[in-house]
Amino acid sequence: MAEAVAGQQGAHDHPTGWRRYVYSTNHKDIGTMYLYFAIFAGIFGGVLSGLMRWELAEPGIQVFHGLASMVYGFEGDAAIDGGKEMFNVFTTAHGLIMVFFMVMPALIGGFGNWFVPIMIGAPDMAFPRMNNISFWLLPAAFTLLLMSLFFEGAPGSFGAGIGWTAYAPLSTTGSPGPAVDFAILSLHLAGASSILGAINFITTIFNMRAPGMTMHKMPLFPWSVLVTAFLLLLSLPVLAGAITMLLTDRNFGTAFFSPEGGGDPILYQHLFWFFGHPEVYVLILPAFGIVSHIVSTFSKKPIFGYLGMVYAMVAIGFVGFVVWAHHMYTTGLSLDVQRYFVAATMVIAVPTGVKIFSWIATMWGGSITFRTPMLWALGFIFLFTVGGVTGVVLANAGADRALHDTYYVVAHFHYTMSLGATFGVFAGWYYWYPKMFGHMYNEFLANIHFWLTFIGVNMVFFPQHFLGLAGMPRRYVDYPDAFAFWNYISSLGYLVTLVGVTVFVWVIVEARLKKRATTDNPWGEGATTLEWTLTSPPPFHQFETLPRIK
Amino acid sequence: MVLKSKGGSVQNIFSHLADLCAKSKTMIVGVFAALIALFPFSAMAQVEPMAGQAVDRQTGFQLSVTPIMDSIVAFHDGILMWIITIIVIFVTILLAYIIVRYNKRANPIASKTTHNVLIEVIWTVVPIIILIVIAVPSFGVLADQQTIPDGERKYLGSNVFSFGEVDMPAPELTIKATGVQWSWDYDYVDYEGADFSSFMLSDEERLAQKPNEPRLLAVDYSLVVPVDTTVRVQVTAADVIHAFAVPSFGIKIDAVPGRLNETWFNVRKTGIYYGQCSELCGKDHAFMPISVRVVTKDEFAAWLAKFQSDGIEAAAEMLPPIS
Repeated sequence: MAEAVAGQQGAHDHPTGWRRYVYSTNHKDIGTMYLYFAIFAGIFGGVLSGLMRWELAEPGIQVFHGLASMVYGFEGDAAIDGGKEMFNVFTTAHGLIMVFFMVMPALIGGFGNWFVPIMIGAPDMAFPRMNNISFWLLPAAFTLLLMSLFFEGAPGSFGAGIGWTAYAPLSTTGSPGPAVDFAILSLHLAGASSILGAINFITTIFNMRAPGMTMHKMPLFPWSVLVTAFLLLLSLPVLAGAITMLLTDRNFGTAFFSPEGGGDPILYQHLFWFFGHPEVYVLILPAFGIVSHIVSTFSKKPIFGYLGMVYAMVAIGFVGFVVWAHHMYTTGLSLDVQRYFVAATMVIAVPTGVKIFSWIATMWGGSITFRTPMLWALGFIFLFTVGGVTGVVLANAGADRALHDTYYVVAHFHYTMSLGATFGVFAGWYYWYPKMFGHMYNEFLANIHFWLTFIGVNMVFFPQHFLGLAGMPRRYVDYPDAFAFWNYISSLGYLVTLVGVTVFVWVIVEARLKKRATTDNPWGEGATTLEWTLTSPPPFHQFETLPRIK
Repeated sequence: MVLKSKGGSVQNIFSHLADLCAKSKTMIVGVFAALIALFPFSAMAQVEPMAGQAVDRQTGFQLSVTPIMDSIVAFHDGILMWIITIIVIFVTILLAYIIVRYNKRANPIASKTTHNVLIEVIWTVVPIIILIVIAVPSFGVLADQQTIPDGERKYLGSNVFSFGEVDMPAPELTIKATGVQWSWDYDYVDYEGADFSSFMLSDEERLAQKPNEPRLLAVDYSLVVPVDTTVRVQVTAADVIHAFAVPSFGIKIDAVPGRLNETWFNVRKTGIYYGQCSELCGKDHAFMPISVRVVTKDEFAAWLAKFQSDGIEAAAEMLPPIS
């Protein structure tokens, strides 16, 4: 008998210690690792942006020549030059880290792993071992990116200062050192991790829904992850191809992107943005899903226009693939091509509007409690609206002529990403924290975290619209004195946000120390999805008897 | 050794931080200014913008001196800003109303409404109509930018809902601008021996030679063009991608190695107009400004003749210094 029980245990192994995580095939443990990885990477990327905002607080070069001499040992004029390039390296690393190592791991790897199986009534992901490698590729990718900081990039400097877009020929002949190769390999690994994750999610969602849960009964978060997974599956191979061509151009004498060999630098931009534009929807769609659940839960109302919400996401995903060249209006595209991309891009405003208005309609007539996750969700809706309307401005090639590659663009995509996607991350974190960890945080502290972050990020990014309209180009280590005032305000905003991040860390530490008791469903009758039917935290393996959906 | 700590530099950085903190008074003012800045229209009226360069605390575009920038300003300030501001205010009012009216205390029993076909149709169709209203002038503004004047085509100028009201002469001058890490080469392609490189002046050089020009924008030799003349600019690059941009002209076009991109401008006012490289191009991306000196047609003819006979330095000395 004892042997038979042990055999059964073997099939549902519950390893302990470091094996539990390193060898993990459990979607919840892997999700937790993704979340902590994202927090770590987010703090790292945030430190990079802090140093950049410090540098930009005043005209002139104050910080980066010192940093370059501290980190790389440059002296004198070489420190100034090293500092200038180091700023480019920081913008590059900040972008890559926040996209690939913070938002994506948090929303898709973290919350996706944790709650997609639970919400569809599945015991785990379809391919648990692949799930393990999906996660463990990420620390390797991150390590490669960190290593790139310490190898020569452009002649006489360290790191890959090529922008997250890595446009050729700056990323090929412009930066001959190995730093760029490390960055490219880092992207390859992160991309492979995401493709494997995407395959896992698609398979899980298509095949492992509980009996009775048809696609049109599936909650919106799994829907958002499903659309996201398709975007990743279709776009990442194109990125992989593009950066592989970069690698061969750099190392093996091909000339895909070099005009002297018959290639074309613009080809790289088309390939990159064919990936890059769907990628920005990858970052925001899961946040859409999370916000939908929170809005519904705390309004005590079902989602308004569920099918509209689902197909708005599908439409955003689909149209997201045919608008890429709106990132390239100034590259010399012909008038007709620009016209097409203007029209196609503006179409995206329609399904996005449907989502915003459906959230508002969900709250309309509700009985709303303003718990911490709801504050973040409301903040998300407001900020994403602001980021969305500036997107409509930029969609017009005629207006974009004045705004392309200025701080207006920086403000726009940070309103959607830094304020949109990240607010989605924090909303999900505070919504599911009691479920994931089985204890409650201090809501007062968490609310302070929200308000500091809300005020701080607005202070950082709203003035950047002004800078962009006035003509300040992006990725500048130093700027004409006429841009001083709004840059200074923006940098002060960073300090407010920094205090917010400190409070966030304190919320986690405090919650861990106090271990306030929580219930299976701390949010009440509005929380109707399957995760709230389980214990907090859920058992190591849930749904050994599959739930039946009416 | 890559990782080496330099005590002096650390001190430098931290003394700089102390400086920043010492400005606590400015800081408090700044926080309030930022709060005001969150309401764009209250901040709009703060400063008068200039043509050719930005002014501190400015919140909108630099002043326009070409019909192309006129149309961008009319389109952005006259249409887009209104639409997006109204949308944001509308959403904010809805959110505020929901917070006040549908909180748990004001509305203890939640409704169960999940569908309303009419409202869903409205919030799909109304945005489409708004987008069409935007698209009509948008396509006109875009077509103007992308079409080099032939002398007959009429341009929109400030009236973006017209079919074109502004006459533009065909180009009389063609300039090839080549982006180089990190300077611009200019070539007056129709004139023999009329090409030169334009480098940013370091701050010491600027203070010595052109103290009235702004830091990071002053160059040794500006591009010189005649007023009221259509100028065709052909843009390319020698190494990596750069971008040729002058905000007051409403032009921005990438300088791509192996490609020859084209744009145009016709400036109505003499003066000096600055732009900056607008595509990440490496270490000195922030230090390769574009400086365009617009002079009268007579001054231009004299300048060009002097340039061809005696070189760029002699020609530059003919022009009165910027006051």
